[in-house]
Formats: sequence, C-alpha cells, structure tokens
Amino acid sequence: MGQKVVLRERIVDESPRDDLIRRERFPHIWCPGCGLGTVLKCYVEAIAASNIPPDKHVIVSGIGCTGRIAGYVRLDSYHVTHGRPIAFAEGMKIVRPDLEVTVISGDGDLVTIGGNHFIHAVRRNVDINVFLVNNFIYGMTGNQMGSTTPLGAKSSTSPYGCPEPPFNLPLLAAALGAPFVARWTTLHVRQLADAMKRAMNVKGFAFIEIISPCPVGFGSYNDLRDGRDYIKLFLENCIVDHSADLNKVGITLKPGEPIILGNFIDREAPTYHDLELEVFKKAGWLK
Amino acid sequence: MSGELKLLKPGTYFMMGNIACVEAALIAGCEFYAGYPITPSNEIAEHMSRRMPQLGRHFIQMEDEIGSIVAVCGASAAGVKAMTATSGPGFSLMMETIGLAAMLELPCVIVDVQRAGPSTGIPTFVGQGDVMQARWGSHGDYELVVYAPSSVQEFFDLTIEAFNTSEWLRIPVIVLSDEVVGHMYGRLVVPEHDKITIINRKRYTGPKEAYLPYSHESLVPAFVAAGDGYRIHMTGLTHDERGYPSLEIEDSHRLVERLVMKVRKNARSLWKYETFYIDDADVIVVTFGITARSSEEAVRRARSEGLKVGMIKLLTLWPFPEEPIRIASQYARRILVAEINMGQLIHPVREVAECPVAGINYPIGYAPPPEYILDGIRAAV
Amino acid sequence: MSLKIVREPINKYMQKIPLGLIHIIPERCKECGYCIDLCPKDVLEVGDERNIKGYRWPRVADGKAAECIACRMCEWICPEFAIFIVEADRREYV
Repeated sequence: MGQKVVLRERIVDESPRDDLIRRERFPHIWCPGCGLGTVLKCYVEAIAASNIPPDKHVIVSGIGCTGRIAGYVRLDSYHVTHGRPIAFAEGMKIVRPDLEVTVISGDGDLVTIGGNHFIHAVRRNVDINVFLVNNFIYGMTGNQMGSTTPLGAKSSTSPYGCPEPPFNLPLLAAALGAPFVARWTTLHVRQLADAMKRAMNVKGFAFIEIISPCPVGFGSYNDLRDGRDYIKLFLENCIVDHSADLNKVGITLKPGEPIILGNFIDREAPTYHDLELEVFKKAGWLK
Repeated sequence: MSGELKLLKPGTYFMMGNIACVEAALIAGCEFYAGYPITPSNEIAEHMSRRMPQLGRHFIQMEDEIGSIVAVCGASAAGVKAMTATSGPGFSLMMETIGLAAMLELPCVIVDVQRAGPSTGIPTFVGQGDVMQARWGSHGDYELVVYAPSSVQEFFDLTIEAFNTSEWLRIPVIVLSDEVVGHMYGRLVVPEHDKITIINRKRYTGPKEAYLPYSHESLVPAFVAAGDGYRIHMTGLTHDERGYPSLEIEDSHRLVERLVMKVRKNARSLWKYETFYIDDADVIVVTFGITARSSEEAVRRARSEGLKVGMIKLLTLWPFPEEPIRIASQYARRILVAEINMGQLIHPVREVAECPVAGINYPIGYAPPPEYILDGIRAAV
Repeated sequence: MSLKIVREPINKYMQKIPLGLIHIIPERCKECGYCIDLCPKDVLEVGDERNIKGYRWPRVADGKAAECIACRMCEWICPEFAIFIVEADRREYV
C-alpha cells in the first residue's frame, strides 16, 4: 500500500487549463469577486468538452470589462470596437464556416451600443455563439446605467434610480427566432458550461445571457458590495425553469422576485449558411 | 460541384463606373462584400449581389454601414480580401472602424462614391467634400492610401490597385470616387488577366513559438488568419509585438510610428498622377476625380486661346504627392486647385507649393462645366 | 452559507467517495472568498500569507484535508484559475 501522507494544500504555479488561457497575462485585470473569470473558466471547459479542436475556435469580444475576455483565452482572439463584435464575427463566420466563432461581450456592448447588430444577427441566424455577460452596468467606464440596468437601480448616471425599464434579453432573442436561448449565472458553473457546449453544437445563433456579479461597480451602488452578497442573491432568488414563459423572465432584482434561469429554447432553424448555399445554387455556382 | 470562375473577360466594354469597380474587385480576388444601401453607390452593391454568388463568394447586406465595415474587417481577419462601398453619410459611420482596420492592420478596401454634402445633402448629385475626411476621419495617428478615379477605366484600374496596396501594406485603402464617375458609362479595356498584377498579403508559415503578429522587424508584419493555428490576439488597444494590450509608452511609440511609416516610406511608389501640358505652363491646374475631366477640356481650350496652362491630375490623393506638385510649382507662376467643394485639396497643395495657390471651387452638386474652370484660369492668367 | 444537499441517494453507502487533492496558485488569488464559501465540506479557510498584490490565498483548514470530495466547486467558481483539484485514491492517503 502507498504510504500515508499528511494532507494539505499544494502550492503550484500552473493549472491544468493553462493550455487554453494566456497564462502569461494572469492575474487578469478584473476586480476581486467579478464573475468574468468564472465565465472564462466555463468557456474554456466548454471548449475542452466541445469535440472541436481549439485551433478551430475563435473568440471575438468588444469593449468593456467583458471585452477583455478575448485577451485571456489562448485561441485566435479578436478584441474589436465598442458594440461591434457580432458584426465582426458574422464576417468571419460567413467566409470561414468551418470555424466555431464565439462572441463574449458585455450587456452594454452587445445590446446597447451594439443592439442593432445583435437583432439582425439573430434574425439572419448566423451560426455563431453569443455569450452575453450581464452585470447590469457599464463597469469599466465607471458604473453608468445601461439598457439592462433594472428599473430603479442606482448607478453613477442614475443617482435617483434608473428611470428606464431594462431589456428582457431571453425574450428578445427568442422573439427574433434564435435556435438556442439560455440564461445562467456565474454561480451555476456546470449548467453554464453545459449550455456553452450545447451552444457550440447548435446550428445557428446560440444565445446565453450570463448574470455576473459586479461587486465593485453595480454592487457598490446597490447594496451588493461583496461577491458573497451576489452568491447569496443567486442562491436565494434563482429558479431554474427550462420551460418558463419568457414574457415573465425580466429581471427586477427586487426582493422576492426571482431570477429565472434555464435552457429556455433549443430548436432547429435554417442558418444563414444553409440559405446562402441556396443562393449559390440559384446563381449557378453549386449544382 | 462548383461552377467556373466567371470573371469579366478581357476585351473592350462600354460600362458604368460602379459596375466596372465591381468587376475589378472580382478580378482582384475580393471574396467578401458587405454593404448598406446608399445613393449613389447602390449599383456596386446590386451588381455584387448578383456576381458574388456566381463565383461562390459572399455578399451580405448588413444593417448599417458600421456593421458593413466591421464585417469586412472580420472577413479580412479570416484571411480573405474584402470590401465595402458607400457614400458620405455611410462613410462617416465607418470612420471608427477604419481606425480599427488601421490598428489591427487588416487589409480592406472602402469605396466612397462621393455625393453633395454636408449631412444628407443631395444624394443624387456629385460632391468632392470627403477629401479630408478620407485622410483624417478616424481619430488618432494612422496613415492610409486614398485613390481618386476620374473615369470608368481609372475606377477599374484603381480598384485593383486599392486591393493590391491594402494587401501589400496591410492597411485600409479608400477609393474616393464620386457620383458622376460612379454613374457615367464609359470605355473600359480589360487586359488579359495574367497581365494584371495581383498582390496577396504576405502570410507567416514559420514556427508558432517564434511568431510575433506585430513584429517591428519590418514595416509590414506577416499575416496569419483565424484558424491557421497560431492562436493570435488582435486588439484595437495599443499593443506590443505579441499583440497584447500594453500601457508602455515605448510600445505605443513603436506601433504608431510603424503604422505611419509604412505608408510614408513607401509614398513615392504610391503616388499616381498624370500631367498635361506642364512643360511650359505658367499656370497649372491641380485637380482630381470628375473635376479633372472638365479641367482637361478647359486647359485644352485655354491652350487654343494661347494661354500657357497645364494640369496635374492626381490619382493618389493620400499620401499626398508632394514632390510632383513642388517641382511644378518651381516653374509655374500660379497653381489653381479645382475641386467640387469649398477648398480641401488646396491645403496640402499650398503646404508644398512654392508659388501662389488659389482655388477654383464649385460648391454646387454638378460636375463643373469646362467654362467655369476656364473662367478661373483666365482670371489667374 | 454553503450549497445545501437536498437529497440523499439510497445506495450512498456503496459509493466510493473520491478524495480531492487541493492545488493552489497563490499569485493568482484575489481573495474573493468564493472557494471558501461554496465548499460543501468547509474544507478551506482564509490563509495568513499574502501574495504580491496583498491578497490572502486560501488554505486547508486544520484536519479538513481528507474531507474534500473532489466536487471541484472551488475550481469551477474561481475566477482566477488559482485553485484546482486532482482526484486521488482515498485509500492511499487516509
């Protein structure tokens, strides 16, 4: 038998997933308690489980805290202008359908400044994955409100409480015909990674809204000053309901009103690529 | 399985400028077009939508001009030649991303079929008001190349040249056409395809460990595309040679200097211009685009009146062909800059000219009639 | 506050409970506390030592090492890639 060893933590200097991250750039820029590192972790785990070689995976991100995620993944990675990663990913995917193109960016980037590209990419059903990290705020610029800030929530530009109702993103994506729509938090790590893996295998536009803590930004204005406050919020308020009525999954963050999670939609629809092949046939390029 | 590559065959054609531009792009190897409807560039998108699928290439009509140029960048990052076409308002929307293309060093071609501005202006009338915007429109320091055709043939030739230059220097290149050149029908001679020079970007194929996507070793680093296995990072943030964001002033200096110098150091080979009757000219008209057509006729008439007038037609607007203008200004008494705006190209001319410079400005949305230019010439003589 | 175990398998006593060996990369830790809070067995606690950025990385609480069941929650939730678990054969250690 092996000899008995006194057990304690072992101090090392690299992790088994360092092959998929740009380890020379760690520690990353995100604040303590920020959920973005966890999103990154789930993404690389999903890649490892995806049966698609890492060389075929591409990540595109925009501007903001989440926008920095592309710089930490050891893949072909593109960090483009504010609001535009979806359009960039569309151009790339259309000319290279063999690549698995994933956009990971923030709520402000993808559905506020970039909302137009978002709705049209879903409508076209371009075969890309869009993982939207929703922290309810513009973190990097100094905690301004955005189109996902819950009604009444405070921020540096809504000192009296946000005066606008926010997007209900799963409903938006589903209404536009997205074949895959899910929402998870950074606490639901395995479900999130599974949803990401599923998204990579779905044909067409796959959308996951990831609710993520921002204790230093949004939290400091709204009584969620510590990452643990968010964990408590998620543990107490999240309900998993895969067949939820998407009209009712808007997020209020009010006490007693749940955050509904799940893989809401998983269906088939012809992709942009499928329809482009039809065009190629009509134009005489394909028989 | 796939059809034959139906490129425009060699021969002589009578063709619209915008369509000649499309056929040139196809011959140059353009595999991706993204655009948004805007007058007077629409024939480019329309003809692209018909022709690209015939060649198994990609046409997409995006939701706006921002999406168009960004998708072009995405396609370029995937390793293919890509272009878009637009006009004034759409050109303004593209500015931020032209800076991105310069920063990421993604080759791409942007055709701006200029119309009368400012703002919505007169969409169906001609203007030349985008000369400065084409050069300075995006924020920060970068350089790019701007070509200006004045005929259908030049539109064809310069579109191919634009692709070649963008691939050679890894920069966005702008073809600054205008409404009249875009819509005019004219003679087009397409040479044998194997006589047409086609340049493709230099690709890196060496060992992965040694690859620096933004190496300062040469002015134009070798390119790798998404999916090549090099796992590169490209960012619009100021970056070091590895492509990683950097806050070091040293990295910023070296990067910006290289982005600028790769155009400046090659300026001489980028300058394209034609001269008419300048050997003994007292007055030289410097012009470009459709105004060059009127000016050429005006200069001819002035010569028949015995006036010693010549003309320089600029095909490259940026980098500005300083040397030919400076040399001409050493022999001429006066330079006149003819353009359909309130005075834009006159500024770089004035900067280099050693004789007095005046403008012949035609702010209305038509091509100026030769008489108008001739009046300006007579006044100057 | 830890994840609640809401149900118990009827063949629980036939199951081999895996052992996790906890590995930590101190320089990456930012002391968010997620690994400590979300460990279902309360194996981890805040350490004494600080890394170069001043954060105290987690350590195994006294006598708790053998209680790690390799659920990997700490590894998954850690935003810093600073902690991971290597599964081992419990008989070799305990």
